[in-house]
Amino acid sequence: MIGNYPLHLMILVLLWGYIYTGWSLMGRLGMVSFGHGAFMGIGAYTVVMLWNHFGLSPWLGAPAALALTAAVALVIAYPCFRFKIVGHYFALVTLALSEVTRLVITAMRDVTGGSLGATPNGALTEGRSVAIGALQFSDKWVWLAIIFAFWLLGLWVWRLVDRGMGRLALQAISEDEEAAASIGIHVTRAKLQVTLVSALMTCTGGILYAQYQLYVNPDTVSGIAISLQMVFGVIAGGMFVMLGPTVGAAFTLLLAEGLRLAFGNKYPALDTTIYGAMLVLFIIFMPKGILGALLDLVRRPRRAS
Amino acid sequence: MEIFDIYLLEAVLNGLLLGGLLALLSLGLNLIFGVIDVVWICYAELIMCGMYAVYYLHVQYHWPLYAAMPAAIVIVAMLGVLLHQLVIKPVLAAEPINQLLVTGGVLFFLQAAATLAFGIDFKNLGVSLPAVRIGEMSFSAARLIAFGAAVLGVLGLFVFLRKTYLGTAIRAISQDRAIMPLMGVSPGRIYTLTSALGGALAGLGSCLLVLQYDVHPAIGLSFGPITFLICVMGGLGSMAGGLIAAFVFAQFISVGGFFFAVEWGYVIAFAFFIGMMFVRPQGLFRR
Repeated sequence: MIGNYPLHLMILVLLWGYIYTGWSLMGRLGMVSFGHGAFMGIGAYTVVMLWNHFGLSPWLGAPAALALTAAVALVIAYPCFRFKIVGHYFALVTLALSEVTRLVITAMRDVTGGSLGATPNGALTEGRSVAIGALQFSDKWVWLAIIFAFWLLGLWVWRLVDRGMGRLALQAISEDEEAAASIGIHVTRAKLQVTLVSALMTCTGGILYAQYQLYVNPDTVSGIAISLQMVFGVIAGGMFVMLGPTVGAAFTLLLAEGLRLAFGNKYPALDTTIYGAMLVLFIIFMPKGILGALLDLVRRPRRAS
Repeated sequence: MEIFDIYLLEAVLNGLLLGGLLALLSLGLNLIFGVIDVVWICYAELIMCGMYAVYYLHVQYHWPLYAAMPAAIVIVAMLGVLLHQLVIKPVLAAEPINQLLVTGGVLFFLQAAATLAFGIDFKNLGVSLPAVRIGEMSFSAARLIAFGAAVLGVLGLFVFLRKTYLGTAIRAISQDRAIMPLMGVSPGRIYTLTSALGGALAGLGSCLLVLQYDVHPAIGLSFGPITFLICVMGGLGSMAGGLIAAFVFAQFISVGGFFFAVEWGYVIAFAFFIGMMFVRPQGLFRR
């Protein structure tokens, strides 16, 4: 029997693995977004607010959140792609989006509770461990099953995009937009499709995060900090291989937990200090990430023989 | 109605003062980008380091402010050089986005290291400057000083770039990276110098900010994003664009905050930024 703590860690690794996989759909094709915190925040807050203020079940709140996310993603992404905002500019425009989301959530403090965060109204009365309508479960095994399913779904989507014609088109786009357009690739449409999938995955990740943790806070589900966390988790793991984002999630979480267990709470920021230093080293010396570098190591001797 | 107008005027003037400060902050970033073609995402964290330097030198070691502040400027300038030598140099030939991300890693590192070293509590310099009253309006002296110093900093940089030999070399290399080595200018040395200069500007910014705000490890996140957006809206690398964008942004924040809550001022400014990007994708002034 596995204790609650390892179970909790597994759930978090898979959940972040799912979200990071969603991010890397765009990142690996040259669209480095700092705006995914916005999609996660919209997902988490839409569902929790509809539930708390209107008693609307998350089952109905989730489609609303997804629709809102799709609308925001299209409104931002369409002009970006249409006007060829790429590279630095794309990263910084999307960074503005994630900050806007965080600030709107914070500013609507009468509704959202501002920077204190919010807790979904509890539906689990005594003796009930499952409230399907409210999407609240006290049993961590249930959550593990749900999030594992989503994680598999994420990998499947990754594979679908990877195998599809679309990826070749997108790869061509990420290397040279003009050339890709000249051989008949509809650049804007191809980019929009993958952006939409990526944003919706992140949004569902935010919904699951809110329902699992039963607490949302503008600083932990939206804003620049969470967007950077996604980017760097993926880079640490490796964004060009399917399991890379998950490895990144596992690595960062276990590093943080391991250092916390080793040093207790005596040095509160030691884990992030080491993490930050490692990120810098990764990007300089190992731009393919942990898994990417490992795979290279495994493959190299085979090629030599 | 009359009262209302005078407070609005106060908000506009406060926005002007804020604009000066933002202009100074964006200037260093623009200089770095214009010359080295790298965005220092961790720029605001360098400013945080400078703020801590002033705080510790003044409060802990009882240095007078007129000694602590220049020392902080030198420290941050050295941090800028270190950043360039240790982190930027190895990725200069890598993809541009890697250069953006590597400084993002430095952001994480500096923020966490500051938490580790200084704790998360807010630290106040303990210098209280009087408010200056003009008619019905009052302005904090710290803001007036910051505005004055920022204007001097901007002018100083302008004169340096225009009138000195090194300044000319810096401008030349930002215009044509490939040809300058052939003219006998060593790009490596110019990059190091520019990093020091950018760091010194961040250091000056930190001296002005520490007079107005408490220092804490996450303070970079509160004005870092706005600084990038100003640079992008002005056109990355364009100093004139950055100056104009800084004053526009400051008015949105100040006047927007006057009519609504402070956060809404920022929301309006950011939304305006996103809108502007679609009108002029390469910024107000294309480089």
